[in-house]
Amino acid sequence: MNKKLQALMGAGAMALSVMTMSAAQAADTIKVGVLHSLSGTMAISETTLKDTVLMLVDDLNKNGGLLGKQVEAVVVDPASDWPLFAEKARELIEKDQVDVVFGCWTSVSRKSVLPVFEELNSMLFYPVQYEGEESSRNVFYTGAAPNQQAIPAVDYLMSEDGGGAERIVLLGTDYVYPRTTNKILRSYLNDKGIADADIMENYTPFGHSDWQSIVADVKAFASAGKKTAVVSTINGDANVPFYKELANQGIKAEDIPVVAFSVGEEELAGIDTAPLVGHLAAWNYFQSVEADANTAFIDKWHAFIGDDARVTNDPMEATYIGFNMWKQAVEQAGTTDVDAVRQAMYGQEVANLTGGTAVMNTNHHLSKPVLIGEVQDDGQFDVVWETDGTVVGDAWSDFLPESAKLTADWTYPWVCGNCEKPMY
Amino acid sequence: MTDYSQKYKMTPVVGWLLQDRGGMILLAILIAASILIPICSLLLPQSSAFHVPTWMVSLLGKYLCYALLALSVDLIWGFCGILSLGHGAFFALGGYAMGMYLMRQIGDRGVYGNPDLPDFMVFLNWTELPWYWYGFDMFWFAIVMAMFVPGLLAFVFGFLAFRSRVTGVYLSIITQAMTYALLLAFFRNDMGFGGNNGLTDFKDLLGYSLQSDGTRAGLFVASCVFLGLCYIVARGITQSRLGKVLIAIRDAESRVRFTGYRVEYYKLFVFTVSAVMAGIAGALYVPQVGIINPGEFAPALSIEIVIWVAVGGRGTLYGAVLGAFIVNYAKTFFTGVMPDFWLFFLGGLFIAVTLFLPKGVIGAVPAFGSANGQSFLSGVRKRLNAGGKA
Amino acid sequence: MRNELFSVLRRSPFSLKKVRGGFVRLGGAMACLMLVAFVLPNAAQAFSDEELRNIAERLDTKSSTQKITVIEEMAADGDPRVAPILKAMLEGDLFVRDSDEHVVIGRKKGKVYTHIDIVSGEEVGESSSKELSKIKVNNRLRGALRDALATLNLFSPDLNIRTNAVEQIMDARDPTMLPLLLRAIEREDDETLLARMELARATMALAAGENPAERLAAIDVLSSETTPQIRAVLSQFVASAEAEGIEPEVLAAAKDALNDVEGRLSTWQTVGDVYRGISLGSVLLLAAVGLAITFGVMGVINMAHGEMIMIGAYTTFVVQQILSSVLPSGSPWSLIIAVPAAFLVAGMIGVVIERCVIRFLYGRPLETLLATWGVSLVLQQATRTIFGATNQQVTAPDFMSGAIEFSTGLVLTYNRLWIILFSLIVVAGIACVLRYTAFGLQMRAVTQNRRMAGSVGIRTGYVDALTFGLGSGIAGIAGVALSQISNVSPNLGQTYIIDSFMVVVFGGVGNLWGTVLGAFSLGIVNKFLEPFAGAVLAKIFVLIALILFIQKRPKGLFALKGRAVEA
Repeated sequence: MNKKLQALMGAGAMALSVMTMSAAQAADTIKVGVLHSLSGTMAISETTLKDTVLMLVDDLNKNGGLLGKQVEAVVVDPASDWPLFAEKARELIEKDQVDVVFGCWTSVSRKSVLPVFEELNSMLFYPVQYEGEESSRNVFYTGAAPNQQAIPAVDYLMSEDGGGAERIVLLGTDYVYPRTTNKILRSYLNDKGIADADIMENYTPFGHSDWQSIVADVKAFASAGKKTAVVSTINGDANVPFYKELANQGIKAEDIPVVAFSVGEEELAGIDTAPLVGHLAAWNYFQSVEADANTAFIDKWHAFIGDDARVTNDPMEATYIGFNMWKQAVEQAGTTDVDAVRQAMYGQEVANLTGGTAVMNTNHHLSKPVLIGEVQDDGQFDVVWETDGTVVGDAWSDFLPESAKLTADWTYPWVCGNCEKPMY
Repeated sequence: MTDYSQKYKMTPVVGWLLQDRGGMILLAILIAASILIPICSLLLPQSSAFHVPTWMVSLLGKYLCYALLALSVDLIWGFCGILSLGHGAFFALGGYAMGMYLMRQIGDRGVYGNPDLPDFMVFLNWTELPWYWYGFDMFWFAIVMAMFVPGLLAFVFGFLAFRSRVTGVYLSIITQAMTYALLLAFFRNDMGFGGNNGLTDFKDLLGYSLQSDGTRAGLFVASCVFLGLCYIVARGITQSRLGKVLIAIRDAESRVRFTGYRVEYYKLFVFTVSAVMAGIAGALYVPQVGIINPGEFAPALSIEIVIWVAVGGRGTLYGAVLGAFIVNYAKTFFTGVMPDFWLFFLGGLFIAVTLFLPKGVIGAVPAFGSANGQSFLSGVRKRLNAGGKA
Repeated sequence: MRNELFSVLRRSPFSLKKVRGGFVRLGGAMACLMLVAFVLPNAAQAFSDEELRNIAERLDTKSSTQKITVIEEMAADGDPRVAPILKAMLEGDLFVRDSDEHVVIGRKKGKVYTHIDIVSGEEVGESSSKELSKIKVNNRLRGALRDALATLNLFSPDLNIRTNAVEQIMDARDPTMLPLLLRAIEREDDETLLARMELARATMALAAGENPAERLAAIDVLSSETTPQIRAVLSQFVASAEAEGIEPEVLAAAKDALNDVEGRLSTWQTVGDVYRGISLGSVLLLAAVGLAITFGVMGVINMAHGEMIMIGAYTTFVVQQILSSVLPSGSPWSLIIAVPAAFLVAGMIGVVIERCVIRFLYGRPLETLLATWGVSLVLQQATRTIFGATNQQVTAPDFMSGAIEFSTGLVLTYNRLWIILFSLIVVAGIACVLRYTAFGLQMRAVTQNRRMAGSVGIRTGYVDALTFGLGSGIAGIAGVALSQISNVSPNLGQTYIIDSFMVVVFGGVGNLWGTVLGAFSLGIVNKFLEPFAGAVLAKIFVLIALILFIQKRPKGLFALKGRAVEA
């Protein structure tokens, strides 16, 4: 009677042992893990980054691979499920024995995998702008920290060219990135003499789709006579309905400019941008920037993806910079060993797609230029302002009292991600 | 088919367990796993063919927690006809209670070095610990809360709902509304539970580092033990006199009420017990995956739990355990092997199981197909056919 | 007249500061001065061709400040050829031709730009975008350009252009424009516009007014209107008056006027909340009404309902793609064609799902939940595989862009108005089908008593398939409407599925009117809570209220009665 069940259990046991065995396989290729959601809510943004890594790997192999070996991308789907991110990270590192992982988009996914990377001493490249307040020995942050995006953007809004805003609306999705960014901004704005009465803060749930009331509130707030601007940290899906409402309620950029930190070319691809011309975004990269490296990158991307209409965006550039830095560091170290590569990463330079060079600092954040672009009617951005040189990414914001005390520096004598004094 | 109902009065626990074939196998596997897997993981060298890597231990531990969660849903759905689409809420609350304890255990090892406040509070300029965080530095308190809070919520919710005789899809949808409301609430940073990021970066449990293999094996064994215990409790309930009333409620609620039973009390009892089990599952889950965040409240997760039960076989208890393992293993396997197409397989699996295995995978095994599931399904059919309206 | 002008000039630094904060635009003041002094009312060609060309070429500079100086110089002489140039610049169509460094207006035609000479307005060649470098504008320049255009347009022979110019001046509230406005008032003979001009004059005269009488007159004019701008003007005036000291009777009058305006505005605010609630309700209704059939009438716990909406939205996208080569982008036809197309596509998929999966599950309602959940996963992934995971762009036709703006600050956007109307049409359509057609009768018969219906000769299987198809098709139609306000992505359906179930259950399963009332009441309650509680808490409160409501009425708003329900 029990035989069938035994057979069933036996099959289960076999499956488990197969999983175990594959872990022991020796690697004669260099393995690169790709940990981006391909399904669920974040697939909309992350799928592109998976393709970017595949393109970079493909390109590298065509040019002879790395250290004389072929590079193999191991793609998994963490399905926008945060505990699954941790599980998949562990699987990539322990079972597939990848040498490096490119992945994550949301902060929570990064927080979820962080203990795994630290425990197993592996390496993650995180390509998205985020709230800062973190520096892990095992993560390299190639997206923008708040001081590389939010602060320059607000500076621009308050400058004469930006319209001289004196009243600021902080709109955000209710999670840690907008909360922290807005906290930093409020403290910064207060420093600049903007009173709390002239700052409006509003949070909405993820995927918020009905923006009528909030846009009307913004209009009312702006009617007080002072020049008003909106700083948007609205995330992902909620942006399309937000901009559609903005356009339909006739909010013009010259009256109330909206500067966004999470809206790039990819997000605009779903919107008719003609009524939105002049609204702003702050990034380290725009597709429209005319530079040879950028043109080559865009051409390569179009060839790889087989669609000339596909856009490129800032996290793609961050992935590109991260990947090339890792490649250079591996070449310099002569091995993919994590500790050796990490040492080689510091000071590593890669040419930005938009000109200039990005440098990896010892706090695991990049020095990059900051660009502010205006939305154009073709869904692209036109750069209206940029920093003179590069801006060093701050792991710890200077505008939050607890965090201003901390320093991140992973080289001797500090060797620490969050210390007030050097370790040695 | 053995008719347990004739014997339940006089046979002690061991007696009815011995007659519960599936349960015996399940318990045997759990005992074997809780002995062998730690040995294979800790004592055998890595080169050994039988060595179980750490990630596998954590993965299996996670499956066990899901299995316990599925068990708790089967207890109410399979035996009392309460289809909860909000059981993830109880699971997550249990998880949060454990997460709060683990958060307090970090102490001054957080990034800002504040001995009392978790990092996310420092970062949002909170100056003191909110009152509802008090006591969570004590393990026993956290464990009690991991059971008490879900139990209390289930009690209050159940009291209101069952008293007003909210049944069927109405109940399912309001349980979904409950977990959705909690999802939104926990997303709010002002709630003091870490918002979207939830609670993470845990260091140790009762002084043992969560990253050590020994602790992982320990948690795995704990998961085995609790799954086994909860299974025995659930089986005990269903085999008891009370269990018979529950099944009667499931099959014909009005008739039971007219017979003079206070239906709502029976439902309330089993709903609360089930929520407590879900809470325990959550508490065991968090240290093994290392994060708890509002995503666990997502209605989609709660629907998925129901699907585990259905895939395994509703109304059997061990079927729920099997279902949780099958679906989650399929998920782990396919997301790694075919990341771009795995949803086709998972979706296809759900459709195929409902169409071809109405009694779940366990129902396809002849030895079990005629067990408890039979009476239940035929009961449902009769009931629905009689009514003519779904 | 001259006296009045000078008084303004004398006071202007003070009043400028008050209105514009630290951002004093002396350039603007200078331009207006010149304008008043030299050109008005003359609108003849003030520049020679060569001068105009030279001055325009000075726009080719990086500095916004210099550009503004040039713009003001150009506008100052009231040359009629200037307005088209500035307008082109505002729209980003002004370029410097690389070959001869001439400034030209570039009009995009396909992939090439046609060059238009700024002096003659004639076509003078064409090239690709690479040979043109754009004269960049930013928001500050756009503001300056609009102001400059407004001053030029104030004397336009076209009444509409003049009206827009006045509104623009009213928004700008720049006292340096007052003299211009006064000239315009003298020349204006349209009554309505004259009233607007008087209002605009009052907004400036309040701050710039010489004596209490002038100010009181200004307050009097202002208090008769209800707009947020006037509230702002008054509250600023009150604030600065309190700080600097002013005649008490003027202050009192200003405060009274402010109170009046605020009171009227808050009434309008409530009207706005109701409208927004109805609008949200109509969206919920559209999302839920298909489910009211598949779930409410047939009892299928249809988790794939959201995906049917998504399919409708993607159908809209595909229809637009196909027709984009034939139709101009603002054309309404693609959306109109998309409605039946989405109905057919989603309906057909619905019929297929019913025939292949759901028909085996009648009588096992809870199992339909599992199967349709599986279907929903497959459909989501299929969409992702076919169209990619990213958002697709569905353009809005002209009749759905923009809004009716009331001066009171109430904005009724056209897309929302159409969606409200559309949702009502859809519901009316369904009600008619259910009530007046043979199919509707059969459908009701089958759902009420399948066996009896079968025995009187109704092909129940056929009716089931069509009913499910109808519900899915309507979800598809909803997708067409939702594509106008939401993302068109594989996740679209997931956004609406929970809300849809809430609406149907709240209204009472199996009752169409319950769904209608449920949707609108949930929408309105949500929008009334939002201003107080914020969007997140409002939603939580609505959910809790729903849970408690179900305790009171366990079968929803309109419970079906009778024995059949008990089963």
